Amino acid sequence: MIAILDYRAGNLTSVKRALDYLGHPSRITSDPREVIKASRVIFPGVGAAGKAMENLKELGLDEALREVFSSGRPMMGICLGVQIIFSRSEEDETPCLGLLEGEVKRFPEGMREGGEVLKVPHMGWNWVKWVREHPLIKGIDPEAEYYFVHSYYPDPAEKDWVIGWTDYGICFASAIGYRNLVAVQFHPEKSGRPGLKMLDNFCRWRPDAQ
Amino acid sequence: MLSKRIVVCLDIKDGRTTKGIKFKDNVDVGDPVQMARLYYEEGADEIVFYDITASAESRDIIIELVEEVAQQIFIPFTVGGGIRTVEDMRRVLLAGAEKVSVNTAAVLNPRISSEGARAFGSQSIILGMDAKWAGVSEKIPSGYEVWIHGGRTPTGIDAVWWAREAERLGAGEICLNSIDADGTQEGYELRITRMVSEAVSIPVVASGGAGVPEHLFEVLTEGKASAALIASMVHYNLYTIKEIKEYLDRKGVKVRKVW
Repeated sequence: MIAILDYRAGNLTSVKRALDYLGHPSRITSDPREVIKASRVIFPGVGAAGKAMENLKELGLDEALREVFSSGRPMMGICLGVQIIFSRSEEDETPCLGLLEGEVKRFPEGMREGGEVLKVPHMGWNWVKWVREHPLIKGIDPEAEYYFVHSYYPDPAEKDWVIGWTDYGICFASAIGYRNLVAVQFHPEKSGRPGLKMLDNFCRWRPDAQ
Repeated sequence: MLSKRIVVCLDIKDGRTTKGIKFKDNVDVGDPVQMARLYYEEGADEIVFYDITASAESRDIIIELVEEVAQQIFIPFTVGGGIRTVEDMRRVLLAGAEKVSVNTAAVLNPRISSEGARAFGSQSIILGMDAKWAGVSEKIPSGYEVWIHGGRTPTGIDAVWWAREAERLGAGEICLNSIDADGTQEGYELRITRMVSEAVSIPVVASGGAGVPEHLFEVLTEGKASAALIASMVHYNLYTIKEIKEYLDRKGVKVRKVW
C-alpha cells in the first residue's frame, strides 16, 4: 500500500485520483504508524512551509518521514514536499525536516526574461533539464513540460542531488534524487501524460535493486 | 522559460456544453466530459467549466461533472459560474478542480476572494471579470467598465482598478473577458488586456473574440497575456489545439508541445 501523507497542506485527492487511474492502490493518511508501515510514501502539499511543519510535528509525521527515509523505502515529495526535506525555508524562517542539507528561497523580485518582468508565483508549464539518469524519468520524453505553482524554490547544498533544473529568471533545482528519496517542485498529478508516467515510475521503483 | 497557455472554455448548461454569441443565443455543442477529455489529449493546457445557469440545481450537476472529469483528466482545470461562498469553493476544489473562478460574487462581496485565498491559497482563486467599453470618464478612467450577472448588469467599476484590487484581495490570476469581443471571432480586445496585464503582477488569461490562431498570437504578445482562452475555434472543429500550437510555435511563442 502506498501512503499519501495528509498533513493538512492542501488537496491530496488529485494525487490519489492519478494513482487510482494508474491502478496503484493507495491511501490518504495522517497516521504516523500507517506511514511507517507503508511500502512507499508520497508527500504532496501546497501552502506555507511554516504551517506545514507545524502540522507535521503535531501529527508526529516529521519523525515518521525521517524513519521512512532511513528505512530505504521509496518516498516522493511533491511541490511543498520538495521544500520541507531541506534544512530550512526562508518562508516564515522555518526550520524544516533536514533530510538533506539546503535552503528554500523565495524568487527574487523583478526578475526579467527577454524584457518582460516575470510574475511570481511561477505558475504554468515549464521544462525540466534532466542532468542525471534516474528511474523516475525512464521512458519520458526529455522535452516534456510540467505544471508548476510556487513562489519558493529549493537550493540544495550538494548539486549532485539534483536530477533536474528549471529556468525561471534564475536556474533552480526542480527535481531531487538521493538514495530512496525523490522530490519534485512541479505537480506530476497535473502534468498530463508525462506526469502520470512519472508517478507510475515512482510506484514501480525499487531503490534497493539499483 | 514558462510556456504561454491555451485554455479551453466549456460553457455548461444543464450538464451540456453550449456556446453563445455576446452571452446570448446558446446552442448545444456536446458532452462536456468527452469534450474535455478530447481537448486534454489534444494538448489543452487548462480547461475551464463555466456554469452559465448557475442555479442551485445546476450546482450539483457541476459537482458530478467535476468528479467525473477529475478521474480522467490530469491537467489543471477551473470551475466558474455561481460560486458565491467559500463553501461553494470548497466543494468544487474537493471534487477535483484546481481553481475556482469568482465573478459576480467577488464584486458584490469582495471578501470572498480574500477568504478563499486564505482557505485554499491564491493559486486556487481566479477573478473572472467581464469588461465592456464605456468610454473614458472620471469614474471609469480606463474606459472599460466591469459588468456582472453574466454581462447583464453594469457596475460603474473601472476594470483596471478592479484588477488591481482583486490582486490585493488575494486572487492568483485574472480571467479577463471582453463582452464587446465575446463570440465575435474577430480577435481579442488587445487594449484592455494589455492595460490589465501591465497593471497587475498576477497572470492574466485573455478571453473573448478568438477566431483564428493569429488572434492568440496577438494577445499573447501585444496583449501581454499569460494565457489565451478559446471556445468556438475548437468546439466547431475550425482548428485543433495542435494546429493552434504549431502556429504559435512557428511564430516564436513558447507553447507546451504534445506532439
